[in-house]
Amino acid sequence: MTISIDPQKTNNESLQPKGWLRYFSFSLDHKVIGIQYLVCGFLFYLIGGSLASAIRIELASPMSDFMPRDVYNQVLTLHGTIMIFLWIVPVVNGAFGNYLIPFYVGARDMAFPRLNAVAFWLIPPSGLMLVASYFVDGAAQAGWTAYPPLSITTPQSGQIIWILSVLLLGGSSIFGGINFIATIIKLRRPGLKLMQLPMYCWAMLGTSLLVVLSTPVLAGTLILLSFDIIANTGFFNPVLGGNVVVYQHLFWFYSHPAVYIMVLPAFGLVSEILPVHARKPLFGYTTMVFSIMGIVVLGLVVWAHHMFTSGTPPWMRLFFTIATAFIAVPTGIKFFNWVATLWGGKISINSAMLFSCGFIINFVFGGITGVALAQVPFDIHVHDTYFVVAHFHYIVYGGTVFIIFSSIYHWFPKVTGKMLYEKLGILHFIITFIGFNLCFAPQHWLGLNGMPRRVAEYDPQFQFVNQISSLGALLMAISTIPFLINVFLSVRNGKVSGDNPWNALTPEWLTSSPPPVENWEGEAPLVEEPYGYGKEISERK
Amino acid sequence: MTTLDSSKEIQKNNSEVNETHEDFRMFGLITFLIADGMTFAGFFAAYLTYKAVNPLPDGAIYELELPIPTLNTILLLVSSATFHKAGKALLKDKNSESQKWLFFTAFLGIVFLICQLFEYFHLPFGLTDNLFASTFYALTGFHGLHVTLGTLMILIIAWQSRIKGGRLTSRNMFPLEAVELYWHFVDGIWVILFIILYLL
Repeated sequence: MTISIDPQKTNNESLQPKGWLRYFSFSLDHKVIGIQYLVCGFLFYLIGGSLASAIRIELASPMSDFMPRDVYNQVLTLHGTIMIFLWIVPVVNGAFGNYLIPFYVGARDMAFPRLNAVAFWLIPPSGLMLVASYFVDGAAQAGWTAYPPLSITTPQSGQIIWILSVLLLGGSSIFGGINFIATIIKLRRPGLKLMQLPMYCWAMLGTSLLVVLSTPVLAGTLILLSFDIIANTGFFNPVLGGNVVVYQHLFWFYSHPAVYIMVLPAFGLVSEILPVHARKPLFGYTTMVFSIMGIVVLGLVVWAHHMFTSGTPPWMRLFFTIATAFIAVPTGIKFFNWVATLWGGKISINSAMLFSCGFIINFVFGGITGVALAQVPFDIHVHDTYFVVAHFHYIVYGGTVFIIFSSIYHWFPKVTGKMLYEKLGILHFIITFIGFNLCFAPQHWLGLNGMPRRVAEYDPQFQFVNQISSLGALLMAISTIPFLINVFLSVRNGKVSGDNPWNALTPEWLTSSPPPVENWEGEAPLVEEPYGYGKEISERK
Repeated sequence: MTTLDSSKEIQKNNSEVNETHEDFRMFGLITFLIADGMTFAGFFAAYLTYKAVNPLPDGAIYELELPIPTLNTILLLVSSATFHKAGKALLKDKNSESQKWLFFTAFLGIVFLICQLFEYFHLPFGLTDNLFASTFYALTGFHGLHVTLGTLMILIIAWQSRIKGGRLTSRNMFPLEAVELYWHFVDGIWVILFIILYLL
């Protein structure tokens, strides 16, 4: 069965508001929804960043003098939840996915535009609800993992609002995932083969598979947890005969893949950015595709490496250590492919390229500590210390957030038709890179020496290193200022970029910038070689 | 944006190409059902783990009577067949016959829910009595929620399949096909649930 596109239906754009108002409407245009995701996510990033600053101010001194201990617990819970569920996941999937995937598959919109808009509009209310829970009876205090029995014994209202909010965000994520899978598999332009798709499509396909397979398990688990809190059942409450480890298994069955949900799209985005600014084809396209799918499969069977101290039996430790170590193989392949893409290229040093290179450097550190953490003896030593905090911030901040900024510098001309100021961009990169490494590199040392995480107070011997870390956090907070100035100045009176300022070959640049409502005037172009750089035009397919 | 009526094929004005695409609504629904199935898979995994590692306190009652759930299994399996009949009838443009089969399917769904509630009221344990009781109510309750939603959707499409002014015709079978797939899915989940909760 086929569906025809009815011009009378498609031309009713007059019903949708024009100009900036459309960003506040229930718009069905994938480009508008993408920007809605991005701006909404960035506002939550500012909130989550303020909470992170509060944490670092508190930790500048060994005693809990900046805020009470229970407020500290609420702040760290909100910081984790906001950054994961309201900034990184929506932005790196929802924002760039919605904006780019229809271009990449040569479509006029996503497969299910209404579902797409619903998925976005679930986010602002649940985010506001989460932030507002602080003013009700105190926000959730059990960390973003909400481990019982802690989450059962801490004040209930905050925890229940947290669960509702995460359920809504999980629903949004699942709807988005269904949409991406349908768009990439079913909505490809005729003649476009799967192995000709830009790498970001593959990354989003893998990510969406993980979302669809693992997020529902988290939803079910949180429903059971809310029964424990409200209805006094004993699923995860040992006092009532329940089992806390079952919660941990179910939670990490989602939350380990969630790491890949946050980082796989970043892998895809960096694979788009590097070839353009190095003027070379992406090295090893096929191996990239297979390593993404390898990460998807392995990512589903490694969750228990978060639970080596939860009384896991030896066979389980053995299996999950080996499986986790195996993930280093596809990840390493991708890393070497990026380096090989840069090798011998005509590299332009601009903000997008700098952030991408920053990503490669930070990510290799995060990856190495990840392999170290997969080893049981080492993991037991540093479990729940600042070593773990340093490790995952190297992945999600040094990895994904660097790529989010890189992508903003790369695709800003696409969205607005204006260039961002390069000098401010480079300043932004320098402060972010120094601040980030100053903040998180010392935390490896703190963790190895036994400073526990999630505690407002610590041994005074760690004070000096903590102050260095707080100084780095201050720099990271400052780094947002040149970025915001840059965006505001460029939107108002930035240099006009033209349709294709980077001379890129991926399909989104083959239409005008900013693109027309239905993406293409006439038929979508067939791009068989999205990375055919360094060839004469006649040699390109 | 797509029209819901698949029979129309209209030229697109500005580009002079007839842009059609495959109907992938069913594909989206299947993806959603996989996700939904994963929720149940999580519950089943939790239940089986509890059964294996968490012994119940002495004197806890966890024996279930079989007659009602067996009747329920038969009800749902029959309802799958009657739903299929409704689809066959609609394909031959026999709308009123199709509507009858749909109402009968919805009736079976409602009887299932009544039987389920009857079982709840006559069980010797409540939600918070022990771990088995909690898991039992969570699993059957979550499934019952799916049956309730399915029954409502069947009633809606039964209303839509009326002969005059209805949206559901032999040319637009999608609503019926979608609800039918969902209903078979709910049946399949019940069979698994029946086996591991009542028989194991």
